[in-house]
Amino acid sequence: MKNNSRYEIRFSGSGGQGIITAAVILADAVGTLDGKYVSQTQSYGPEARGGKSKAEVVISNEVIDYPKAMSIDLLLAMTQASCDAYFFEIKPDGLLVVDSSLVEQVPTSRAVAIPFTEIARKEIGRELVANMVALGAVGYLSGQVNLKNLERRLLTRVPKGTENMNRDALQAGIREAKKVDLKSLPRSFVNEWESEV
Amino acid sequence: MAADNSKKRLLLQGNEAIVYGALAAGCRFFAGYPITPATEISELLSVKLPQAGGTFIQMEDEIASMGAVIGASLAGVKAMTATSGPGFSLIQENLGYACITEVPCVIVNVMRGGPSTGLPTNVAQGDVLMARWGTHGDHPIIVLAVSSVSDCFSITVRAFNLSEKYRVPVIVLSDEIVAHTRECFTLPNVDEVRVVDRIGPNVPPEWYKPYAANNRGVPDMAAFGDGYRHHVTGLVHDERGFPTQQPHEIEPFLMRLHEKITKGFPEIMLSKSYLMADAEICVFAYGCVARSALMAVKNARAQGIKAGLLQLITLFPVPRKEIDAALRQCRVAIVPELNMGQMSREINRINQSGTRIVKYNRIDGQMIAPDEITKQIISVS
Repeated sequence: MKNNSRYEIRFSGSGGQGIITAAVILADAVGTLDGKYVSQTQSYGPEARGGKSKAEVVISNEVIDYPKAMSIDLLLAMTQASCDAYFFEIKPDGLLVVDSSLVEQVPTSRAVAIPFTEIARKEIGRELVANMVALGAVGYLSGQVNLKNLERRLLTRVPKGTENMNRDALQAGIREAKKVDLKSLPRSFVNEWESEV
Repeated sequence: MAADNSKKRLLLQGNEAIVYGALAAGCRFFAGYPITPATEISELLSVKLPQAGGTFIQMEDEIASMGAVIGASLAGVKAMTATSGPGFSLIQENLGYACITEVPCVIVNVMRGGPSTGLPTNVAQGDVLMARWGTHGDHPIIVLAVSSVSDCFSITVRAFNLSEKYRVPVIVLSDEIVAHTRECFTLPNVDEVRVVDRIGPNVPPEWYKPYAANNRGVPDMAAFGDGYRHHVTGLVHDERGFPTQQPHEIEPFLMRLHEKITKGFPEIMLSKSYLMADAEICVFAYGCVARSALMAVKNARAQGIKAGLLQLITLFPVPRKEIDAALRQCRVAIVPELNMGQMSREINRINQSGTRIVKYNRIDGQMIAPDEITKQIISVS
C-alpha cells in the first residue's frame, strides 16, 4: 500500500535563518488553503542561534501516518553543512536546491543553485528575508502548492509591518526559480553517478 | 473561544491543540513554568485564558505551579499545568496531594530525553512509569497518551472529563514529536464537545461531609467560598476531611480511592485497533511511535503479512482486557518504545497465553522509523 502521492520537502540551514518559519508557511498554505493532508515537523539544537536546523513538510492526498520525511523529494540547503549532511537522503530523482551565496561546493549537477541571501540583500535590502526568497523558489520548484495561497499564508504569518518586504522576497524567489530549466538537469542522481563510473 | 474559530481548518501544533482542547473542556486556570518542549502550551494559554475570562500565572517553579493548580481547582475552577521531564519531577510532590485530596486537575507532560535536563529538544518516552508511580504511596491515577494533533484536542477534553468525574489527577503524556508536529485540524463548535463537570453537593451546608462515600465512590465536591465547610489535608482523613488514624476509617478511604477508578474502567480504558481482525502479529504502540507502527503494519500487510496495531491511549490503568485479547489472538507481539521497555514490561505482566513478546527500543533521541518496525515484523513472520 505505497502512497504514491506522498511528497517530502526538507528545509535545512542553521538556527536563526528562519528555516522553520518558511516550512510552517508552506505547510499552512498546502493544508488549510489547498486542502491536502500535510504534516510539518522540525528538529533543532538547544541553542537559539547557530547549530543545525531542519524542518520538514510532508504533503499527501491521503492521511499521513508517519509525520517525518523518509526519502526526500526536495532538499533546500541554506548552508554548506546542511547540504553535506542531508544530500544523501534525497531520492534518486529528487531535487537539491541550494543557496549559492552560502553553499560553495554543490555535490551534484542535479541541483538548482540560487543566491537567496544575496537576492535578499540586494533586491529587498535585508538578508533576513533570504528564507522567504528560498520559500518562493521551493514553492515553485516543488509544484506542490498554489503560489497565490502561499502568498496569502505568508502575509498572515509574518509580523505586522513586514508584509510587503516578505511578499517581495517571496516573489523574487518565484521569479528566480522560473528561470531554471529543470529539464536541462540530469534526471537522477544515480544516473549521474553511474555515468561517472 | 470557538466562536471566532468555528469550523475553520487550522494548521496547529500538538501543543496548540492541547490548549484548544483544554479551553473547550472548560479549563479556566493555568499555572506553570516554561520548559522545552512544552512551552508553546503556556505561551498560547497566556493569551487565550484571559480572553476567555480565565487566569494564567507563571509561577516560580513547578512545585508551586502544581500547588496553584490544586488551589484553583478547590475553588471550583478547572485547572491544569504543562511541563516536561525536569518539571514533572518537581510536580510529583503536590501530585500526591491532589490524589489524596481528590482534587480534579490535568497535568500535561511533554516527554523529552532524560534523565535530568537530558535532551531538551529530542523525543523520548521515558516518563511512562514515572507518570504512574512518580508520587509516593499507593495512589490512583489516569495516564493518557496522545499521538496526533487531533488526539491532542480530543484526549485533552477527555482528560478533563475523567478528572472532573472521578476527582482524580489525569496525566496527558505527549512527546516532543507530537507536541511540535503541525497538522491541520478543524476545531469543533462548543456544542459538539462533550464536557463533564464535577458534581456539587445537593445538601445544605450544615449537612455536608466533603469526603463522604456514595454509590459512585466519588464524593460531591463543594467549591471553596460557597459556604460549605471543607477541610483539606494530605493526611489520611475521615469523611469530614480531618486527619484520622483509625484503621476502620483508613482502609475504606484508601480502598474507595482505588475502587472509584475500577468502577470507571469501561470508559477510562481507551485504545484503538487497526487491521487487528485477522492479525497474527500485533504491534502495541502509543504516542508518536503509534504513527510509525501504523505505517509499518500497513507496509507489512502489503507484503502479505497479517499484522495489526493496538494503539494504547490509556496507559494507566493498563487496558488489560484489550491487551489480553490481542495477546491471545496473536503469535507474536512487538512493542516499540522510545525507552528501555517500560510498557512492554506491563504487557509481559498481562501475558498469560505464552505469546512471544519482542521489545524494540530506541533511546538516542530519534523517532523510530516505520521501516525499523516493519523489519521487526518481517523477522518474526
